Amino acid sequence: MPDDPKPVILESGIPVDAMYGPESIADLDPVRDLGRPGEFPFTRGIHPLMYRARPWTMRQYAGFGTPAETNERFKFLIGHGQNALNVAFDLPTQMGLDSDDPRSEGEVGRVGMAVDTLADLETAFAGIPLEKISVSLTMNAVAAPIMAMFFVVAEKQGLALKELRGTCQNDILKEYIGRGAWIFPVEPGMRLIGDTIEFCARSAPKYYPVSVCGYHIRESGANPVQEIAYAFGIARAYIRLGLERGLQVDEFADRLSFNFDIFGNLFEQVAKFRAARRLWARILQDEFGAQLPATMQLKMIAGGGGGGLTIEQPENNIVRGAYYALISALSGTQTMALCSFDEAYTIPTEKAALISLRTMQILAEEMGLCDTADPLAGSYYVEWLTNEMEKRISAEIRRVDDELGGIVRAVSEGAIQRAVAHQAWRHEQGLQAGSIPKVGVNRYRMEEETREVELHAYNPRQAEESVRRLAATRASRDLSAVAGALEAVRVSAASRANVMPSMMEAARAYASLGEITRILREVFGEFREPVSL
Amino acid sequence: MSRPIRILIAKPGLDGHDRGAKVVALGLRDAGFEVIYTGLHQTAEQIVNAALEEDVDAIGVSILSGAHLTVARQITEKLRLARAEDKVVVFGGNIPAQDIPALKALGVDEVFPTGSRFDAIEQLIRSEVARSRAPTPENEHA
Repeated sequence: MPDDPKPVILESGIPVDAMYGPESIADLDPVRDLGRPGEFPFTRGIHPLMYRARPWTMRQYAGFGTPAETNERFKFLIGHGQNALNVAFDLPTQMGLDSDDPRSEGEVGRVGMAVDTLADLETAFAGIPLEKISVSLTMNAVAAPIMAMFFVVAEKQGLALKELRGTCQNDILKEYIGRGAWIFPVEPGMRLIGDTIEFCARSAPKYYPVSVCGYHIRESGANPVQEIAYAFGIARAYIRLGLERGLQVDEFADRLSFNFDIFGNLFEQVAKFRAARRLWARILQDEFGAQLPATMQLKMIAGGGGGGLTIEQPENNIVRGAYYALISALSGTQTMALCSFDEAYTIPTEKAALISLRTMQILAEEMGLCDTADPLAGSYYVEWLTNEMEKRISAEIRRVDDELGGIVRAVSEGAIQRAVAHQAWRHEQGLQAGSIPKVGVNRYRMEEETREVELHAYNPRQAEESVRRLAATRASRDLSAVAGALEAVRVSAASRANVMPSMMEAARAYASLGEITRILREVFGEFREPVSL
Repeated sequence: MSRPIRILIAKPGLDGHDRGAKVVALGLRDAGFEVIYTGLHQTAEQIVNAALEEDVDAIGVSILSGAHLTVARQITEKLRLARAEDKVVVFGGNIPAQDIPALKALGVDEVFPTGSRFDAIEQLIRSEVARSRAPTPENEHA
């Protein structure tokens, strides 16, 4: 072999050779390690026909301002062929604060829709048939009361909870690592996840109560191996919660789904997802004794992440989004969401959201991505890299368990946060030095460019409208019913009872999210963030 | 040799995206600054109090939600009330170019939108702190 002119090391630390051949995958057993699509260990995908039977679900993240405006955007996206919704809530809602709380000032309706009471969700989903359009709620610390409100909206539309489909993000451990929308300490935070998993397993078995997010961990700086390893650590912790409630693994683990991130090297991402599917199936079988194939299948939403986009030359982000969608399709995702090209500036405009949707549609309908399952299978490089990713993800999972005392302790003490922040700083140094190439940033930079991007405008009148709606709802409620329902929330939170039934009663009584969360803060206390850098 | 620059890196309000704050904090620490990081969900009052207690030269505020004008107004007002306007205040995050003049009018010394180079952040804080530490006719006689 001639001397390697240019060493290549992937973001996950894997050195890449200039060529791969049959000898690179001599130890690969196609039956044991790949299977057919739809068969254990699901390396090649979780369905036998994959996109031939049904293309991926297209689910853009959307929501802003008042519920009425969000309802309009939802109908706009559905009208253009989107078949599922991913609801963005504003920060006060994510933090359990009402629109009229002083801490909400300047934030009401800004990065998502403002929800105070059931009335707001009723407006947001008016005229949207929840039996046809599956809805994903991007809600975490106060997922339990928001899920309860959503379940009541579905009931009011005439849907039985047993039939309701949809997803709630409801992954609190990743909030402590990245994204930061946490309220309660880790232990009650985990207890609420356990309550929702148990409630759904028994009462809403088609609903996905948790979507474990590698996405935000990677957006916070983790490399692809860390992304999967920490997400799997978190998912295993949630499975143990379900088992502690007396559920069998095959009764609920198939209702945990994943949300992963895509940017960076194409082959590294595809290998990451193929390795993740195989490893997840083996974990469910070996560690948890799962019997049903559905329990072992890794189901995911994976789309382009904002972390790969640049504020420089923003139109280039449209091209990046198209490549991320391509990676997502080559990786066998179930659901796709793409960051919009203007997200380095603000939440997406209608035009930017539509370009993202069209990107996915072009891929699905013009480019042949849906013709055959797992088209990169059998490539010497991709199979070798899939093996390599699996080994490194497994090693990182073991390291967290053996050296950091498991993911829950590592997150409580801030060890994962530190590891991710240090990785983010190393990555930034690479970008600044140019050793990590980024077009428009450290390559082909245009110093004189004018950045003319049409911005989504924030309208402060939306906040006034939310406050006015909340006041009107408060004035029309049966106050004794509200007080009784809130007391029931306090009693269930302070006991070991499942909080979900009392949360649904509180929703029906039009108790506000802020009122419910205030009680939970009193009972649970607040998380003290470990801030050591 | 002059004492190292002390800086408070702050995350105000409800926005929990702290990658930028932590990256800048780690970078400034590597560059020899004494860095204090507030952690998430801080009110303007908590930030200004921490800046006074820690006797920092500068405050770096990171915000991505779009509420930077509200937060800047609150922080600069509280600094004025505490007679601590000499502290250098810089903002970073998802901040559109058209909002920068308004932020500066409120008393923010510099704004580093997403995509700013780290060495530019470091240099500007060094020069602004040097300027605010330099004796003025007023405090020379104090």
